[in-house]
Amino acid sequence: MIDFDKWQEIFSSIRRHKLRTVLTALGVFWGIFMLVLLLGAGNGLHNGIEYQFRDDATNSIWVRRGTTSMPYKGLPKGRRIQFNNQDYDFIAEQYPEAENLSGRFYLSGDQTVVFGEKKLSFPVRGVHPGHQYIENSRVYEGRFINDTDLKNMRKVVVMGKVAKKEILGDVEAIGAEIKIGGIVYTIVGLYQDSGGENEMRVIYIPMSTAQTVYAGTDQIHQLMFTGGDLSVPEMKQLENKIRKDLASIHEFDPKDSRALYFFNVAEEFETFQSLFFAIQMFVWFVGIGSIIAGVIGVSNIMLIVVKDRTKEIGIRKALGATPYSIVSMILQESILITSLAGYLGMVAGIALIAVLGSVESEYFRNPEVNLGVAAAATLVLVISGTLAGLMPAMQAAKINPVVAMKSD
Amino acid sequence: MIKLRQIRKSYHTEYTHLEVLKGIDLDIEAGEFVSIMGSSGSGKSTLLNILGILDDYDQGEYQLDGKMIRNLSQTQAALYRNQFIGFVFQSFNLLPFKTAIENVALPLYYQKVDRQKRQEIALEYLTRVGLRDWADHLPNQMSGGQQQRVAIARALITQPKVILADEPTGALDTQTSYDVMKIFREVNEQGITLVVVTHENDIANMSKRIIRLTDGLISGNETVQKKSQNA
Repeated sequence: MIDFDKWQEIFSSIRRHKLRTVLTALGVFWGIFMLVLLLGAGNGLHNGIEYQFRDDATNSIWVRRGTTSMPYKGLPKGRRIQFNNQDYDFIAEQYPEAENLSGRFYLSGDQTVVFGEKKLSFPVRGVHPGHQYIENSRVYEGRFINDTDLKNMRKVVVMGKVAKKEILGDVEAIGAEIKIGGIVYTIVGLYQDSGGENEMRVIYIPMSTAQTVYAGTDQIHQLMFTGGDLSVPEMKQLENKIRKDLASIHEFDPKDSRALYFFNVAEEFETFQSLFFAIQMFVWFVGIGSIIAGVIGVSNIMLIVVKDRTKEIGIRKALGATPYSIVSMILQESILITSLAGYLGMVAGIALIAVLGSVESEYFRNPEVNLGVAAAATLVLVISGTLAGLMPAMQAAKINPVVAMKSD
Repeated sequence: MIKLRQIRKSYHTEYTHLEVLKGIDLDIEAGEFVSIMGSSGSGKSTLLNILGILDDYDQGEYQLDGKMIRNLSQTQAALYRNQFIGFVFQSFNLLPFKTAIENVALPLYYQKVDRQKRQEIALEYLTRVGLRDWADHLPNQMSGGQQQRVAIARALITQPKVILADEPTGALDTQTSYDVMKIFREVNEQGITLVVVTHENDIANMSKRIIRLTDGLISGNETVQKKSQNA
């Protein structure tokens, strides 16, 4: 009952001093709001960039064919370098650290795929079993291409989720038969890929099948592998060694950067990692700055509030208010205002972040805020506001009521 | 009720030393209506502040209702003020953001009387000073006389043993001053001790005893004639 009374006293004081309340609240609200927004935006940027890599294994190296740009051992420049199965076998044998080694064979253009009455075009690629780890294809039904498929040149396909939906609809896919370029294949698996809709329209067939049936060659268009637990410098080393070996096999200058294109995702990822770190640091720097500004703002307002209430304090003391009741009145009011404002700032920040989150952008994705951090920041503001109010409130509670009543 | 023995009080600043009360002896019995007069600087307000436990004194003895008032803690002083003393000030000192009834009820808040009860009692006292209809008005919506009556109701609500009034009519016109004094007399007739500080003779003459203060010492002590009381 007594406490309820105290709160009623506090509420009526807040109601009658709207400007003071709003100013105090605004400082806290803004500090927390900005902090939440910054953290969210920083995370959004981080997630966005990380997402660019999520499609593929982050520790992988991709090798594409190119054209020599330097003469080498009497050979002219401008020669096209081709990969074939020997290159694949060579890397597989010489470099066991290159895991999930896979080639890729692009069937020219999109292939017409027929299922029952339906005819649609999809990109079709020949791959090795390791490919699913490099592309981060998650098989959610059936299986991926395996070694037996390769050895026996089986006519089997693994289909992306989108491709399956487009051509099969809701029909049970595993075991169903489709025709690609007039040849009948059995569906053995379905996969998902975080790379987006287009990535999930791709149909994979065994490398050997693709080479034999559609091209009659042993060419491979692209080679890729992951580095397991290798560090970034080790990946770079591996890349250099393989480049050198392939250079001697295909007779081009190892320094010729256009003969083969190496794309080292790990290296690329690392530059972004340091960028993330920089962004994170910046966000924290600005965020802590805004919290400090909030603390100073709240402290200032508390000083003014106490000064502003000196006469009131004098009157209350004359009427029998104890120093304790004066201090607790001022502090409870400030705690109420700051924590409410902090909470609102947090909610508003999170709401805005949620709105921003619905914006699909290439480099900005899923901005999220660590609730614990936001709550801790609010707590810091509330406590510092309380501490800032404590000293002047205690002083004000001690001054002679006669003197206090004379002040204006 | 009030017993002062050789009360001394001086104010020190860095450069000056000012002795305001130079040994006051004073007895005020329960039920008295006393006014303290003196020119400005005579120490009358200081004396009143000491009586009201709003200020400390340096030497001497002060007993209020048989209790020694000396070196009290702030909390203890607050308790005595709340229980024994009602204040009326020249500048009313109402809380501007509270309505008349809330202002009157405030001392009871510090006695931890519950809200409902507080409001009831406050309304009763507002009625006594003739302001029942003004209960929900803010101080700035009322005249000076009305505000002072609210302040008197606030002083009375704890049923104090003593009411101390510091120039209660100083900010009021003559007619309103007389109205206020009339209320004081009624209060006094109910047995409450009243001490009024004033520099106006006609106001002082409406009390029952006048104590004159000159340069920190009591220079006169006279009982007011019945006749002038009815002026």
